[in-house]
Parts: sequence; C-alpha cells; structure tokens
Amino acid sequence: MQQTHRDLLPIDAAVELRRELVAHLRENRTGLREEWVLRITGAQLLRAMTNEEIFAEATSVYDNYVEALETDTLEALQAYARSLSERIIPRGVETDEVVGIVLLLRDVLARSLFGKYQNNPSKLNRVLDAYEPAANRIANTVAVGFVQERERVISQQQEAIRELSTPVLQVRERLLILPIIGVVDPHRARQLTEQLLRGIRTNRARVVVIDITGVAAMDAAVANHLVQTVEASRLLGADVIVTGLSPEIAQTLVNIGVDLGKMKTMGDLQGGIEVAELSLGYKVVPATQAEAAV
Amino acid sequence: MVPILKQGHVLIATIMAALSDEDMRQFREALLDRVVTSRASAVIIDVMAMDVLDSFATRTLREIAYMTKLRGAKTVLVGVQPEVALTMVQLGLHLEGVATALDLEEGLAYLDRVNRRR
Repeated sequence: MQQTHRDLLPIDAAVELRRELVAHLRENRTGLREEWVLRITGAQLLRAMTNEEIFAEATSVYDNYVEALETDTLEALQAYARSLSERIIPRGVETDEVVGIVLLLRDVLARSLFGKYQNNPSKLNRVLDAYEPAANRIANTVAVGFVQERERVISQQQEAIRELSTPVLQVRERLLILPIIGVVDPHRARQLTEQLLRGIRTNRARVVVIDITGVAAMDAAVANHLVQTVEASRLLGADVIVTGLSPEIAQTLVNIGVDLGKMKTMGDLQGGIEVAELSLGYKVVPATQAEAAV
Repeated sequence: MVPILKQGHVLIATIMAALSDEDMRQFREALLDRVVTSRASAVIIDVMAMDVLDSFATRTLREIAYMTKLRGAKTVLVGVQPEVALTMVQLGLHLEGVATALDLEEGLAYLDRVNRRR
C-alpha cells in the first residue's frame, strides 16, 4: 500500500499544521486573491469573462478552496465546481483554462508558504507535506468536475440534435417521406436507416421517398450508407425513390464513382411523390376535373 | 422441418427457427420438389422468425428464386426483420432478383398485383 507523506506525520501534528495553514490563507486572503487574479489575467486565461467576473469567481473559488483544505472534504468543492462549470461552459471557457487557473492558485499559495517559512526549512517541508496532497486533490476535483459537466452538456446536445433530425413522415397510406437535412455522419446514417426501417414496418409502407435537398455535401461513405439504406428498405419490401440530388452532389458522385444505378431517383420531392403515388395506384386530379369525370 | 403449405397457386414456406446449412439445403430440395409436383406459380418464403440471414442462407434463397423462375414460378421473400436487413446490407449480402414484401399479407397482395398486370 502506498502511503502519502501526510500519513507519515502524527495525526495531531498534521491537524495542527493544517490549522496553521488555513489560518495563514485566511489572514492573507485579500492579498493572495488579488495576486491570483493578476496571474490569471496575466496568463490570458478566462478571456471570455470580464475582470469583475473573474474577481468574483476567484473569490468564491478561493473560499471554497480554503474550506476544502480546512475540512479535508471535497463534497462542497465538487458541487461548487459543477455549478461553476455550468455557468462558464456556455461562455466558451476551455478545459485548459480551468485547469490552468486552479494550478495557478496552487502555485500562488505555495509561494506564499515559501515566503512565510523560508527561515525554517524543516517546518516548510512539513507544511508542504500537508499542503501538496490536499492541493493536488482539489485541483483534480475541479478539473474532473469541469470535464464531466462538459461531457454531459455535449451528450445532451447530441441527443437533442439526433432526435430533431430524423422525422419519418407518412404522407399517404403506404407512402413515407424521409427528409434529410444537414450533415450525415456514419452514426447518423445508421440511425436514419434504423428509424426508416422501423417506420416502414409500423406504417406498412410500400414506397419511401428520401429527400436529400438539405444535404450540402456527400462523400463516398455517406453515398454508400444511402445505398445501404435503399437496399435494407427493399428487403422489407419497400421501394425507395431518392430526390433532391443537387448538381454538385451528382457531380461528386460521378467523380468518385459511386454506383447509384440501382437507385430510383427523381429531380425534386414533388416529382418523387408523384412517381410514388403512381406506383401505389393513386391518381391526383383537380377536384373540378374529378367532378366532371363523375 | 420447414412446413410448406399450398394456397391456390401459391406455395407458402414458413421458416420457424434458425436453420443449419444442412437444413437449409434440405429445405431447398423439398421446396423445389413441391414447386414441380404442385405446379405452383409462386412461392412465398416467410423468414419472420429468423434472427440472422447469413451468406449461406442468402445464397440459398437466391438459388431458390432462380430455380423456381426456371420452372416458371415467382419467389417472394417476406418477413425480413429490420435488424436483419441492416446486418445484411452491412455485410454486403444482396438478394437481387428476389421480390420482397413486408409480411405474408403483403406478399400475397404483391402477387395479386403482378398477376392482374399480366
């Protein structure tokens, strides 16, 4: 089992040292906090925030930091790190900035300890033994809290985008349309296919019109996914008509040599729906003509 | 192993569970025999209960379709599950020349439409 330096000290002495340390940090709160803020702005960190905001956040980080040192518990700091992350992530603060400011604080405080105990090296050593593990744990906690919060936000957004982006719509009995808008990556392509296949089964569709007017660019991978979607739909007994291939995409496909020969294509969504209706046996005529025919 | 029912001019074969390669081969023989003896004009193969269609099964189905075509009958594959379809296209398994439909009902409707057109 690995032992930290702190564990080697007698418990009482460690507690005593920490109390002294905390008292020192409380006493010099104003000076140290200001120096830290100066170091932050000097290092060009947190540029997304104003100086007042940096000072306000720095104050609460400082107090939380000292409190975490005093009580040797990280729960309060963890909660604070999470709420801080929630506030600053939307403003574009990066991971390296957050890690940077916490490390700066660690350095500033360490320097002040050096200054205070420079005439007593053995005491300085013991104080640092008490300070360093705690400070590192705190830095770790804040950084991890920030990264976790960021990952949570990212995955939440991805989920939202995914849900928004793949509607499978029935326009007539047995006829579905699938408008694809935006960038198609392999993950989304797979999801589109799955959703379409489910839609085909629940709506008992016989014809599907996939409209890719809203797809700006297409590469070989996406084109192949499209081919796979068409083939998978056919295995479920549904014909697919692809519409809205822009001239640019058509050109790309010809250039990269993707074989779309097996696919039915039409110029625009309207044409696709007309062909689909025809193959389902619908004939759309204006109401006046329909009356005349009766 | 695989029940083959006759409904009018249509043979309906329902595969109830995953088949070994040997079973698949036997199924092919039995089905082709029935096409010959019953003078059926169409075959519907229902694979609803199959979780996997591997390359051997796919090839056998293609062969069945081709052979029945040589006997003047049409083959419709019905009941392919979405997950199965997805896996098949990802593995590059194709069923060209085999008509497909969602389920048995759709398969029969499909044959109706084809016959009416004729």
